[in-house]
Amino acid sequence: MQRFSGLSLIRRGLTGQRGWQPQWRQAEPKAAYDAIIVGGGGHGLGAAFYLAKEHGISRVAVLEKGWIGGGNTGRNTTIIRSNYLFDESAALYDHSVQLWESLSQVLNYNVMFSQRGVMMLAHTVHDVQVSQRHVHANRANGVDNEWLTPQEARTRCPLLKIDDIRYPVLGAAYQRRGGTARHDAVAWGFARAADALGVDIIENCEVLGIERDASGAACAVETTRGVIRAPRIGVSAAGHSSVIMRMAGVELPIESYPLQALVSEPVKSIFPCVVMSNTIHAYISQSDKGEMVIGAGTDAYTSYTQRGGLHISRHALEAICELFPMFRRLRMLRGWGGIVDVTPDRSPILAKTPVPGLYVNCGWGTGGFKATPGAAHLLAWTIAHDAPHPINAPFTIERFRDGNLIDEAAAAAVAH
Amino acid sequence: MLLISCPYCGERPELEFVHGGQAHIARPGDPSACSDQQWADYLYRRDNIKGVHAERWRHTHGCGRFFNALRDTTSDHFLATYKVGEPPPAQAQAQAQLRKATT
Repeated sequence: MQRFSGLSLIRRGLTGQRGWQPQWRQAEPKAAYDAIIVGGGGHGLGAAFYLAKEHGISRVAVLEKGWIGGGNTGRNTTIIRSNYLFDESAALYDHSVQLWESLSQVLNYNVMFSQRGVMMLAHTVHDVQVSQRHVHANRANGVDNEWLTPQEARTRCPLLKIDDIRYPVLGAAYQRRGGTARHDAVAWGFARAADALGVDIIENCEVLGIERDASGAACAVETTRGVIRAPRIGVSAAGHSSVIMRMAGVELPIESYPLQALVSEPVKSIFPCVVMSNTIHAYISQSDKGEMVIGAGTDAYTSYTQRGGLHISRHALEAICELFPMFRRLRMLRGWGGIVDVTPDRSPILAKTPVPGLYVNCGWGTGGFKATPGAAHLLAWTIAHDAPHPINAPFTIERFRDGNLIDEAAAAAVAH
Repeated sequence: MLLISCPYCGERPELEFVHGGQAHIARPGDPSACSDQQWADYLYRRDNIKGVHAERWRHTHGCGRFFNALRDTTSDHFLATYKVGEPPPAQAQAQAQLRKATT
């Protein structure tokens, strides 16, 4: 692997950027591996990386239907935070934030992780009570979060309009360790580092079936590029998790919805943090290119179309224009949808499955990007040990049968 | 925005409707006779079909009535809408198969 450093960047810059090598090989699928990861997004690539780096399992293939990072990894709004209410969630998401904090160094790849702070607005008395409860619960769990008055919120984000609007800002919860990262770089950085450890990244390879042996254990996948055998198969397929897992006879409590995002034309650096509003449902931050990155909601019906209704994005833009009147003249450059896999309690499933040798990482719904390194790390652990890590142990499929829901659906800091 | 054909009122914009999730899920007649798994399946497990999906809709801002629809979740194309209690129209499902085979 060609390592990056300040010196190497300067040297290539002075010599016309020649001599850079491809950052990962175009691998051909082999007949067999020690482990297969289905899904070449950040979660899947990261799982392959951690399998090779931390567990010494480097005969690993990552199978991707399209191109790596072309699914939800490239379609989200890049927000990272860990201010979830319940103990299990706080541990899970903060595990991820801790990995984010050193990820660029670990991967020798700049993922542009920026802890610019995430501000979640409260607009009603109920919002204030719920947000303050979140702040206290987070702090009790060792997750930073603080309460800001409306004036303090405006000091932190001067464009924010706090009064003379339909839903005045009554305060905000603010997580300083939250922020953003460059989503493509996360996929590319994990791919490059995994490839250097011997992982085969196989693009344009769609999984068509999962084979099980006489004992019922998963033993191979059928793909558009032939049958590939492996005793351990991890599925990290986001919106298509139901489709893939059904190939092995595993039914999931998941429904898939389109979730939309938009970006504006680039403007000067004007927006110092991430701002989210649960009540009027909008979230916004500024990319390092200057685009305002705006998140809208999910459609009301299940779909695999990667589009979403116009009225959904319009609703988000109306909320943004109310909170930031100067953005009324901002033009939107692009809008798109990603298919998110939503569980009934809005918490993920990261677990062994009833099929031996088959592991699943899914159900991240509208909030999977923030969890990328954490989910990847824990999926790798679960595959390597054939047992969950204590952090992901509560996030089973069986919790829906046993009634041990982790009900962020009611508690989540953003509407779904 | 989708145009949805209510079996009672005709074609109306999507905003008049509320999606009611997967259709034809019957509540177990005797819940206490169910195993935990059966009850969990009733509550939480959904087909999440990539393809022709039978689902409930309610014409909330119209006649207020529930009805069922067949929709292709890969295109959001409505193949048929039908009244509660009626079976999913086989003809529409066959058409969907045909569309899939020819495209």
